[in-house]
Amino acid sequence: MAASSERSPPPFPDSEEPELLEDSDEGADAFTGTSISEMDSPSPDSTRPPKDIFNEPPEDIFSDPLSNINSEPQKKVDAKIPSPSSDEAVDLFSDPLDDDSEVMSSPEVQNPMPDLLNEPVEAPKSDVLGEPPVSSVKKAASSEMFGDDDDDEDLFKEPPKVVTKKPQPSGPPVDVFTEVKSDVKVKPQVKDDPTDLFAEEALTAPAPKPSAGSSSSRTNGVHSEEQDLFSEATVELSLDSPRNDRKNKDAVKPSVSAPAAPVASSSSKAPSKTLKELEEEESEDKFDLNISITNPEKVGDGMNAYMAYKVSTQTSLTMFRSKTFTVRRRFSDFLGLFEKLSEKHSQNGYLIPPPPEKSILGMTKVKVGKEDPSSAEFVERRRAALERYLQRVVSHPSLLQDPDVREFLEKEELPRAVSTQALSGAGFLKMLNKATDAVSKMTIKMNEQDVWFDEKIQDVENEEQHLRKLHVMVESLVNHRKELSGNTAVFAKSVAMLGSSEDNTALSRALSQLAEVEDRIEQLHQEQASNDFFTFSELLADYIRLLGAVRGCFDQRMKAWQRWQDAENMLQKKREAEAKLLWANKPDKLQQAKDEITEWEAKVTQYEREFERISATVRKEVIRFDKEKARDFNRQVIKYLESLLHSQQQLIKYWDAFLPEAKAIV
Amino acid sequence: MEVSSAEAALSVSASSIRITDVTQDGDVLTFALTSQKLDSSAGVCVFRIYEDFDWLQQSLFSQENLPGLQGIIFPPLPSKALPSQSNTQTKALKQLGFLALGQDWQSYCKALEFYLQQVAAHPTLCKCKALDSFLFNSESPGKQRGRKGIFNRLSQAVEEMRKESHKDVDNFFQNERNKNTNLAALSKVATEKLLDVVMTEQKLALACGHFSTSLHLCVNQDDASAVAFSKVCLKLSDVIEAVKRNLEKVASNNLSTLGLGLDLESRYQEAEKEMLFRRTCKLIELETVKKGTEKAKANKREVLEAFQKAVEKEFNLISSVAKQEIERFHSSHVNVLKNFLIGWCEVQLNTAKEFAELYSQHLEACRNMYSE
Repeated sequence: MAASSERSPPPFPDSEEPELLEDSDEGADAFTGTSISEMDSPSPDSTRPPKDIFNEPPEDIFSDPLSNINSEPQKKVDAKIPSPSSDEAVDLFSDPLDDDSEVMSSPEVQNPMPDLLNEPVEAPKSDVLGEPPVSSVKKAASSEMFGDDDDDEDLFKEPPKVVTKKPQPSGPPVDVFTEVKSDVKVKPQVKDDPTDLFAEEALTAPAPKPSAGSSSSRTNGVHSEEQDLFSEATVELSLDSPRNDRKNKDAVKPSVSAPAAPVASSSSKAPSKTLKELEEEESEDKFDLNISITNPEKVGDGMNAYMAYKVSTQTSLTMFRSKTFTVRRRFSDFLGLFEKLSEKHSQNGYLIPPPPEKSILGMTKVKVGKEDPSSAEFVERRRAALERYLQRVVSHPSLLQDPDVREFLEKEELPRAVSTQALSGAGFLKMLNKATDAVSKMTIKMNEQDVWFDEKIQDVENEEQHLRKLHVMVESLVNHRKELSGNTAVFAKSVAMLGSSEDNTALSRALSQLAEVEDRIEQLHQEQASNDFFTFSELLADYIRLLGAVRGCFDQRMKAWQRWQDAENMLQKKREAEAKLLWANKPDKLQQAKDEITEWEAKVTQYEREFERISATVRKEVIRFDKEKARDFNRQVIKYLESLLHSQQQLIKYWDAFLPEAKAIV
Repeated sequence: MEVSSAEAALSVSASSIRITDVTQDGDVLTFALTSQKLDSSAGVCVFRIYEDFDWLQQSLFSQENLPGLQGIIFPPLPSKALPSQSNTQTKALKQLGFLALGQDWQSYCKALEFYLQQVAAHPTLCKCKALDSFLFNSESPGKQRGRKGIFNRLSQAVEEMRKESHKDVDNFFQNERNKNTNLAALSKVATEKLLDVVMTEQKLALACGHFSTSLHLCVNQDDASAVAFSKVCLKLSDVIEAVKRNLEKVASNNLSTLGLGLDLESRYQEAEKEMLFRRTCKLIELETVKKGTEKAKANKREVLEAFQKAVEKEFNLISSVAKQEIERFHSSHVNVLKNFLIGWCEVQLNTAKEFAELYSQHLEACRNMYSE
């Protein structure tokens, strides 16, 4: 993905590249930071630094050549690897790669495996063959295209090569390696890992080869990504689980051969087939990752106060350092996470779950008020909303792989820079919404050829309307329930008074018992009110927000379409210019015009492909969303029914206890 | 509900009195009344309007040759329902409380029925000729009304405050008055609060209805996932519908048992209060007569003393009747409340059980939906 965008002219790359670089700076700092500090202390945790350190270099070994295979001249890649600032490069490429490596978390992807061999082949083929003749200016590009096989081979040759090269250049890389070694000494069991790593590479290398060989006419983009995926997958898996023994690795290996499938399908041109696969994949998509947010705590005083939440994660996923870990995060950190994720992923058509909105009113209350029930309610509401938000993020297979997500869950301290983003976090949301609106006005211009999208866009709009309506209904339901609870309390009180004034002792007793029963019923109503609220009102609010995000995805797709159309128009203009030149018989300028046409033809092809890819991604995302939605609602309905059932059972208990009292009246 | 105490004069079994039907014609409600004479197995059915009930009540008030009449606690007659105005529900609610609720004036009929049963079960009142003609005469007796009862509350309203706080000579009655004032106020409040609860339950049921209907909007059959989602929505719609029915049932349970019971209780307390007030009035009258006698000159004294004796006798008679009535009222009110409480508890228990069953069925269905 990054590979293709790299080459694209403004506005696209302009907006992307700086972001990536920025990001990677942070990431790099973070990593080196930990590694240095950890290195000093040979604590039991020191097994980790080697992993990180190790993780990085191989990653760039693998990813660099791969992601650049076609889009960038080979030398550029080479130049990057030995450079001392290679860390930057690492992150720059590893980010997009992580998107694709989602597959790892879902070991069941194996079934799409056959497609890996078939689909990609036909997809790129048509691209290449369908392309107009390559002209001289495009020589470099074309050589890339046809020299693809070489690249592929490079790809497998290169890793060892670079690794051995690594120590040669002066600077950080050397340190990195020596560090590893020193750590290895401290912790004997880690020793396996480097060897494993290479063994694994060796194992993986042959695997993709047949597929690479089978498609001799591969172009950039599609294919290279698959390769990324392979290498990425192996490296990540083997390195992220330094303590895992052989057995575990073997278990991982089978999945390694398959991971390319989703990417392949996302870029493939046979959506109907893919969709089915995706559905299958989704339905089996289960992972073991529990996130809970607890202990909201006010930190600081006055207007600078903020709430900190305990984010606890429980997982058996090997990508995390341990099975359980806890960090403290504040609200702006959550916004910051969203911001980072949307910067990186939204242009690819991913659906980024939106965090709860910033509420100045609610937070001010918390800051000012001491022990106000409404502010306690606000805090609880936000806590639950943040929990749902995080759960949605990690349940997204691609987002789970994002280093920022992992960092958010694992890292003790997040870069404080986030605090300045707090405001811009809210602003960012607004900005996004505005952009969304602006783009949606464009909708009219875009004549939709894809019926599925046409219907879906309409559906989403309708659904949003419906959900809003339902939300209003539920609000009134909750309010009535609260009113009922209040009235019941008052009634209980008046019955108690009546009982205390009654002469007949048995009747008096029964009445005060009744008052107690009514008090309990009041409690039930109150619980039910908050159940109504949390199961439905908040659920609906969440989904109204999520539908906004879905629309954002559609807009991203439209942007891609717009870019493609613009390029198409430009190409048309260039062709007309060429025709004019031909007619005017100006051969000197003709060559330049022809070059330009080729350039734009390539761009058109690229944008079209991008559009198709983003369409496929959005489609996949929306299907995933719909599935999740149905499942989520069903879960909530079950929860609601359970609460109803519980209420009735309590009622039965209360009445059963009261009946003898009433009968005892003489 | 006390079954008639088998007085010879009573020709009707109190428990057989039923209001079986009510028809509304404009502003007039006509009640179909069935009862059974003790000496025959055949039932008698008559049609009565509210004015007839009013006539009966006035007749009871103005019975002649009945010593100590003023000491009797008359069963309270619900105030008149104005069906055509009932569209302004708040007004009807204010006037009638619980009796304005319920479908087709059911609770109002219940209250009237209860009133008749109480009259028929009363050891003194059941002997009144008016009751006989009310129950069995096919001619509507209401037309021959005209005698305004002697106990017109309206005229007393001003004096009431002053007289009600008048200190009693008898501790028993002083205590009873205090308690009665207290209980009357409390039971009224309790009734109103329960009414609030029932009203909110009905509102909530309505809101559930809206929610349940709106859920149908989300139904969409486009593709597999939409169908799945639609299924969930429909299921939820069913569930909410069940919640709605539950609330309606609970509300109508509250209304038809405890609601009516508390309403009756509060009106009965009011009736006792009136009786006590009448007695207090008599007491004040007696005291003024006494004072007058003391101050009176010798020539008039004899007449006044005779008058005072008459008043004193009447007062004592009223007091003794009142004492009996109060005792009777106490036991019957405990009994009535007990029955309402038991009835209420039982229906609520049944409802809770019924819906617990229903909810667990829904729950089962929901769980199966995804495990398939």
